[in-house]
Amino acid sequence: VARFLLRVNGQTHEIEGDPADNLLSILRGELGLTGSKYGCGEGQCGACTVLVDGQAMRSCVTRLSSLTDKEITTIEGLSGGDRLHPVQEAFLEVEAFQCGYCTPGMVMAAVALLDRHPNPSDQQIASAMDRNVCRCGTFPRIVKAIRLAASGGVPDARAES
Amino acid sequence: MSEHLPGPDIEVERYELSEAARYRFELERRDFLRVLTAMGGGLLVVASRPGSAQNGESGRGGRGGAQASGDLTSWLHIDEQGRVTAFTGKVEIGQNIRTSLTQTVSDELRVPPSAVTMVMADTDLTPFDQGTFGSRTTPMMAPLLARAAATARGLLLARAAETWNVSRETLTARDGRISTPDGRSIGYGELIKAGPLTGAVAARPDEMARDQWAVRGTSLKKIDGRDFVTGRHDYTADLKREGLLIGRVVRPTAIGAVPTSVAVGAARAMPGVTVVRDGDFIGVTAPDERKAAAAAAAVKVEWRLPAGLPTSESIYEHLKRTAGAASIPAATSRNEGRVFRASYRIPYIAHVPPEPRSAVAEWTGDKLTVWAATQRPFGVRSELAQAFRIPDGRVRVIVPDMGSGYGGKHTGDVAVEAARLAKAAGRPVKIVYTRAEEFMWAYFRPAGVIDIDARVDAMGRLSSWEFHNYNSGGSGLRTPYAVPDRREQFHQSDSPLRQGSYRGLAATANHHAREMHMDAIARALGVDAVEFRLTHLEDSRLRDVLVKAAETIGWPRASQPGRSLGIACGVEKGAYVATAVEASRTPDGFRLERVVGVFECGAIVNPDGLSNQVEGSIVQGLGGALFEAVRFADGRILNGTLAQYRVPRFKDVPPIEVVLLDRKDLPSAGAGETAIVAIAPAIGSAARAFGEVDTALPVTLTARS
Repeated sequence: VARFLLRVNGQTHEIEGDPADNLLSILRGELGLTGSKYGCGEGQCGACTVLVDGQAMRSCVTRLSSLTDKEITTIEGLSGGDRLHPVQEAFLEVEAFQCGYCTPGMVMAAVALLDRHPNPSDQQIASAMDRNVCRCGTFPRIVKAIRLAASGGVPDARAES
Repeated sequence: MSEHLPGPDIEVERYELSEAARYRFELERRDFLRVLTAMGGGLLVVASRPGSAQNGESGRGGRGGAQASGDLTSWLHIDEQGRVTAFTGKVEIGQNIRTSLTQTVSDELRVPPSAVTMVMADTDLTPFDQGTFGSRTTPMMAPLLARAAATARGLLLARAAETWNVSRETLTARDGRISTPDGRSIGYGELIKAGPLTGAVAARPDEMARDQWAVRGTSLKKIDGRDFVTGRHDYTADLKREGLLIGRVVRPTAIGAVPTSVAVGAARAMPGVTVVRDGDFIGVTAPDERKAAAAAAAVKVEWRLPAGLPTSESIYEHLKRTAGAASIPAATSRNEGRVFRASYRIPYIAHVPPEPRSAVAEWTGDKLTVWAATQRPFGVRSELAQAFRIPDGRVRVIVPDMGSGYGGKHTGDVAVEAARLAKAAGRPVKIVYTRAEEFMWAYFRPAGVIDIDARVDAMGRLSSWEFHNYNSGGSGLRTPYAVPDRREQFHQSDSPLRQGSYRGLAATANHHAREMHMDAIARALGVDAVEFRLTHLEDSRLRDVLVKAAETIGWPRASQPGRSLGIACGVEKGAYVATAVEASRTPDGFRLERVVGVFECGAIVNPDGLSNQVEGSIVQGLGGALFEAVRFADGRILNGTLAQYRVPRFKDVPPIEVVLLDRKDLPSAGAGETAIVAIAPAIGSAARAFGEVDTALPVTLTARS
């Protein structure tokens, strides 16, 4: 067990852990950030997706020891204040979810994609998102939400009431 | 329900004996008042009297609200601020009933949806409910809440009429207020402040006609959608409790293995660890996940493995052999004709709910509270009460809106496991299944064999239809096609794997076999597959969806040369579906280019929500149609990881066009399941243009043309 400095959503946390500990269990268990979900523990479903220096990473297979000096963003840190991120707005607008369990991971993967490709092609969307599973089958709606966010987002984005 | 009931060994939807009390006495005013006082006053509508429009599915046959409401189960409450709370034992699984039921209450009560809060799936607060399965919420729960809301509106109108000394018929209820034609108006909350109002659900309250619906029939957005896109919604696994420990069950190395020696010393010596051995149950608790996993690994167990179990290859022969096929009565009085026989094989498949089974259990004195991801909160309450030999009334089960279920979360295993560990540790315990546990220790959609013998007369019409389903289940067993001589039978077999409910359950298998067979016959006779079906179809609702699907896909011509079309249809749980696909040839088989799904379930409550369900069912059905199958041998699942067990992903999904037929003249049927049944045979039919298609699912080409 060693000490690690973890930078999450702009705050630095001192974590005691094993270098092999996965980021997801630290986020959920130690930091109480439960927006990132456990789905498979294999890096195959994407429910745990977070941004590490802007890249979409599967936090369930990301080791604590690989995160030194990295900036981690979780779904909790995505929107500033009361305002939702345009990708979140777009997901709401097209109802790109059913049970919602995969949604935080989908949103984070979509944010990383749009950061790299502001106007992604169908193929770029499919390639970037293919490691995220929506078992309820809302893939077409998620694609629609990503296109909506890419095209300038929801016209009259709702502020939090 | 017309559902074919399974035999006693199969966990299909777990129908249970759940009788209503033999006598049910008139409610007395003081009972109402006692309950209302506990709720802080207001207006209360409770379960109805015997012999009225109440159904046995919910409300009766058990006791919700044992603590809060004595013997009364309440459906609806309005407080002095006009805030409405509706109660239902149904579970939000992602099928969006929190929203659609809100629409129903809002509509009948004439309040905005934002004034309504649904309290769902809490055995202490909500009326008894059998469970959330079988697409029953919309056809059965929504009408019940509609009557409760209409009853409440009636009580409010009566009080306003009395207050103003005017005729009730002159008053209108709108936006949470009652108004007179001359402009006086009063809010519901104000009316209620004058004194408590109570009533039982009226048998025939003044309900809205379907063509008058104002909130129902619109695409109200998911009530708490914002909590889902921000990650704020707490699923069971996200719950925090003071002093919460993490639990792990020590699992056998194979299904059916029993422990012969158990050494717990090393685990017990670990700081902060509690080890429980109770019969064949072995589990640990620890302060965090890592320590719990380490403690579980430190428990050394020798297992006696079961021998001679069937494998995923030998399963079909096993299912037929153990069904006692010899005892099947002689076939129908078959006329001779052209004979079409085939044997279709359906593998076990896994639900793979994104949220694994999870529970948080907490004992407070002798009372047990369990938060659990389950589709049957009251059933799980009974399982817990039985496991711990305590009365139902000392167990409370609460289901936070779930990360889906698809029929896979009927049982209470994880709740019982967490409660057993919490009892030993003296602190709350959370268990979240790993994905590997979820694959191996949940249950599967049953495997099956379906044998069909169909005969066609000289006129090209079906003259006899013999259909035997071994093990996969009875839903959707009956063909909708007109055949003078028919026999359809379900045969229970021995299942080496634990099996149970699934979205659409056996209807998917039965529809696949039937529709593939209809397609094969049409091809052999050289007649159009849509025409052949229509010739045998009397049900106009099924004809309508079939014709619409054919039209929409451009039947019978594919959009490009070299491509093919396939189509299939069916009716299940009162809803009608037809699915058509276009496919193209690829070097290693075929690929889907386009899907059309036409769906009709009576009057549509929420068009966008329905479209989402239909599209989602088609996508989920792609898995079973194209690649899902559980491989197993020696009691072990051989592809029990998400890397090995392939589920549909972005790249697998072709453009899907959903067409909804709205029938305001018909009551609403449920819609969460039916659209899954026709996608596999539509794909199988399209693939036949490219070669010979295997009679087993998933659809594969065995020989190419």
